[in-house]
Amino acid sequence: MKRHLISTADLTREDALLILDTAEQMAQVSTRSVKKLPTLRGRTVVNLFFEDSTRTRTSFEVAEKRLSADVINFSAKGSSVSKGESLKDTALTLQAMGADAVVIRHSASGAPKLLADSDWLHGSVVNAGDGTHEHPTQALLDAFTMRSHLNPGVGHDLVGRRVTIVGDVLHSRVARSNVHLLHTLGAEVTLVAPPTLMPFGVETWPCQTSYDLDAALTKADAVMMLRVQRERMNAAYFPTQREYTRRYGLDARRLALLPQHALVMHPGPMVRGMEIESSIADSDRAVIVEQVANGVSVRMAVLYLLLGGSEPAITTSSANTSEENGK
Amino acid sequence: MTTAAQRQVLDQGDIARSLTRIAHEIVERTKGADDVVLLGIPTRGAHLARRLHRKLAEITGHELPVGTLDITMYRDDLRLKPARALEHTEIPADGIDGKLVVLVDDVLFSGRTIRAALDALADHGRPRAVQLAVLVDRGHRELPIRADYVGKNLPTSLRESVKVKLDEKDGVDAVLLGGSGESNASSEGQSTLKGPSN
Repeated sequence: MKRHLISTADLTREDALLILDTAEQMAQVSTRSVKKLPTLRGRTVVNLFFEDSTRTRTSFEVAEKRLSADVINFSAKGSSVSKGESLKDTALTLQAMGADAVVIRHSASGAPKLLADSDWLHGSVVNAGDGTHEHPTQALLDAFTMRSHLNPGVGHDLVGRRVTIVGDVLHSRVARSNVHLLHTLGAEVTLVAPPTLMPFGVETWPCQTSYDLDAALTKADAVMMLRVQRERMNAAYFPTQREYTRRYGLDARRLALLPQHALVMHPGPMVRGMEIESSIADSDRAVIVEQVANGVSVRMAVLYLLLGGSEPAITTSSANTSEENGK
Repeated sequence: MTTAAQRQVLDQGDIARSLTRIAHEIVERTKGADDVVLLGIPTRGAHLARRLHRKLAEITGHELPVGTLDITMYRDDLRLKPARALEHTEIPADGIDGKLVVLVDDVLFSGRTIRAALDALADHGRPRAVQLAVLVDRGHRELPIRADYVGKNLPTSLRESVKVKLDEKDGVDAVLLGGSGESNASSEGQSTLKGPSN
């Protein structure tokens, strides 16, 4: 890192806690009568979305506006990209327009990294989801939500907490980002998926894997259900939807296996009746709506820490800056 | 942290007496302090606000609302330094609309912190009036801002640094005057003294 946020694997424990603690303060802004801070006045942030998104783009836009940044929304549909413009030329155009930061979502894994490593753009690059690679702000808001329930307080981490991530891990950038971040914060992650939806090389990830959901649920502090990403599937990964739901869906019987305090999470969008039973998504055990609200606070924190000062606060030397600026 | 070049100008007893006097002045000037809300600027101003709160409770017999106001996001030098961690803002439940807000900070120097605090305050509501209480006024204002309650006026040169230490944060109560810009000068002290070193 560290002008950019590309992968949660780049974040140190101190970086991650700084973002979560900052988000804690940002959350207060949403409760005030004037929901706006002057911090990024005069800075331009471009939301560059090459892939469909409602939740993430809206969440970033709200966060940017609450920090008083100038926001430009750029979606691939109806732009020069549909006429065949390359990522490079799009980036050069944005640079010429004076973008201070680019929030990018792209269907190709690695597109944000390409942008960050290039000299096409001088601003910060924030990954808002690239292909099946990473979605770091989603993992940060998930960790923020878990922390606020399981170990609330500024400076607290998730040491010893058990998180079970269930479903289409193969195509999930959310799972990948979460595994790295939760590991950094000290949590134990178990991935549960059909063998066909387990990524190649998963044994090198800092987590455990299992094909048996019931066994993984009994000791979980949080369970995260993933959507089956049919739009990325070009083969049959499981026989029928019914069989998938029977083996890997969260229903009332499985909910009863979870400890009383355990959280039910979903990054959205949900397919009710597929990976999660509708009544569970609406129950008070689910924190799915809360995750969305926390998304704004976490994205405000990331944008503030990357753009708010003369240089980003998310660096390996964050320890001494916080000491000096103890006031 | 104390170096040989630092001289103690206020000790624990001095600080306690200054705060007692300020508390009495607040009651006197506001005719009973009925609608006063104390807001401390983190971190040391917040500790001082809580101490004033205790003293005011002894004098008036009732508990005044007390809170903290983080001004980091409103600073005018944000772009000059790396982005820094935020402090906690806690506005009392009844809010500040129509109240008399007394801002509390440790050192008044350039006045830029207070300017930021006034901006921050406006986003939380509309007080009837705003007053300022500081433990030390070291002069060298860069903005038309003055304090209503001052613990000690401390004439300084721009080369000197003023460091307030409080038991809650530093384990000791003292105000130290240093020979030259220490890296741990208080926030206002940094803004001018350390300008070029950023």
